[in-house]
Amino acid sequence: MEWLSASLEAILVSPFRDMFSMPDFLLQVVWEGFVSGILYALVALGFVLIFKASGVFNFAQGIMVVFAALVLVSIHNMGVPAWLALVITIGVMGLLAIGIERVVLRNLVNQHDAILLMATIGLTLVLKGAGQLFFGGEPKSMITEELGLPTGSSDWEVFDGIVIFQHIDVAAAGIAIIMVMALAIFFSKTRIGRALRAVADDHQAALSVGISLHQIWAIVWFASGIVALVTGIMWGARSDVSFALEIIALKALAVLILGGFTSVPGAIIGGLIVGIGEKLFEVYWGPLFGGGVEAWFAYVLALIFLLFRPQGMFGERIIERV
Amino acid sequence: MLYREAGQFKTSYAADQAMLPIRQDRIALVLLLVVAFLGVPVLGSDFFLSSIMIPFLVFALAAVGLNILTGYAGQLSLGTGAFMGVGAYSCYKLATYFPDTNIIVLVLASGVFSALIGVAFGLPSLRIKGLYLAITTLAAQFFLEWCFIRIEWLYNYNDSGAIEVPQRMLFNIAVTGPHATPTTRYLVILSIVAIMTLVAANVLRGRIGRSWMMIRDMDIAAELMGIRPLRSKLSAFAFSSYYCGVAGALMVFFWLGSAEVEAFDINHSFLILFMVIIGGMGSLTGCFMGAAFIWVLPVIIRAIPPFFGLDMLAATTEHISNIIIGSLIIFFLIVEPHGLARLWQIAKEKLRTWPFPYASS
Repeated sequence: MEWLSASLEAILVSPFRDMFSMPDFLLQVVWEGFVSGILYALVALGFVLIFKASGVFNFAQGIMVVFAALVLVSIHNMGVPAWLALVITIGVMGLLAIGIERVVLRNLVNQHDAILLMATIGLTLVLKGAGQLFFGGEPKSMITEELGLPTGSSDWEVFDGIVIFQHIDVAAAGIAIIMVMALAIFFSKTRIGRALRAVADDHQAALSVGISLHQIWAIVWFASGIVALVTGIMWGARSDVSFALEIIALKALAVLILGGFTSVPGAIIGGLIVGIGEKLFEVYWGPLFGGGVEAWFAYVLALIFLLFRPQGMFGERIIERV
Repeated sequence: MLYREAGQFKTSYAADQAMLPIRQDRIALVLLLVVAFLGVPVLGSDFFLSSIMIPFLVFALAAVGLNILTGYAGQLSLGTGAFMGVGAYSCYKLATYFPDTNIIVLVLASGVFSALIGVAFGLPSLRIKGLYLAITTLAAQFFLEWCFIRIEWLYNYNDSGAIEVPQRMLFNIAVTGPHATPTTRYLVILSIVAIMTLVAANVLRGRIGRSWMMIRDMDIAAELMGIRPLRSKLSAFAFSSYYCGVAGALMVFFWLGSAEVEAFDINHSFLILFMVIIGGMGSLTGCFMGAAFIWVLPVIIRAIPPFFGLDMLAATTEHISNIIIGSLIIFFLIVEPHGLARLWQIAKEKLRTWPFPYASS
């Protein structure tokens, strides 16, 4: 029984002892987790927007993040000033949204949701190939300074230690909060926003009161394209812009499970839980498993969570009928 | 025309319910097998065998596995690559512990481990459905990938982290390892794939297979009609993972020769999913068509630029083939959601009624 009590202590006691003996380090870990959680939440937000409006589970959201960032950086590297490159990129995302609606969605109306999911997987492949073909597959550094985003870091002395805040992370948190609030206002106050919510509630009823589904879909894909661009800029500023981001974006799927597919607050809270949870688990429990547990923690957490609550935290209760 | 069943009368129920009720189909299958077993090894070059035919068969078997789960039982899975990895690693460990046992027995046994892991990760399917389930299979993918890296016991603690296939003999002929000729390896794979496909075809049209299809079409209705969801969903996971596991073991032992964890990453899961989609969900013929299509298309695309005297980088052709495959997936989902297999079936129907545009069959 000796090994049992030893391993119980290693799992249940000593991580917490470590946490409280070095609170400044704990705070640093939580902050890092919070920032990556915000980025997961932003990707998940893009998913939720599209899923609510069109019932499409957009697997391509992750690659849209990479694609948007890649377009921005590549256009700037051609010698275009940063603000103009940003405008052009927004235009490209708009064209992409219209194109996707015309070519893919319009032709797949009323199909089974697994088919729509697979169509977006096909879209992922197209965007990946196009991105690599036109802009090259090698990692690029994000044009952080040119966009007027802060760089550098500042220290905060607390608990007899210091916690380091990267300015770009603080900016990311701020921008994310502003964007979520802007989206909330857009959804509840504007004409288009209300039409979006109507479409999300019931496609046919929305059609019958004269809302154009095609238009709404294009708008909602454009909106999540903008979200993808912002995410891409923030993420690219923390690490380089490369196609490796796509795998990280898959974690947003686990976030979605926690938050439910249709809930914007769910996406944000889920993102924060996954972000902070996986950092804490990696730092304090990871060594017990030999490290690298970040790769699967989010999915396993989501899986365990789903076993007890299949509809997610804020999802609507699933009622099935024959 | 040739494909006409006039005059073929069924005189017993057994004949009526045969796997291939039309005589021309049976002849075509026999011809296909003769070509595959005799024609291809005799006429094909080593390159053709080892970089086109062997991968094609391996992927076709994996696609059969995924199609059982996704196309027949309706449980979308994104963890095929990891289940192939379980098969490969367990075959490697078995080969280490039982060096004298027939390698084919070991390959077939390694699928059992994959099936067990598949059942474990299939348990959530009892409560979770549809897209949610697809995401939980990602848990299997990433967790197993992590295991392949971190559990050093799996690759015998060697420094490279890769599994190297040992030399094994069968009837005094080298079937695995560096001295095995492509022809031998091709014939071994072909035999296993042919037999396992035959088994799958019969399981699928039997009681178990039909219960999977009922679960796929509407699980609550199936449950009300006396199908046990626990039993059918888990058996679908077990069966599918067994096929994927054997495909993974074949991939490492008879094709790659050595493999690292990258051989089982999520991109391979997607690759096999694409084969199933393009080939046709719920069709065994479709698995082979999809595998051939997805595997051979990049080879053809690579061959086109030199044919026209153009010089193109390997990376560029890969990007172009990504774009083409992605567009084709969307195209197929729009035009024919049931894939190549459905087109093939339509063609056969047309032939049966030719020269009339339709017939009351």
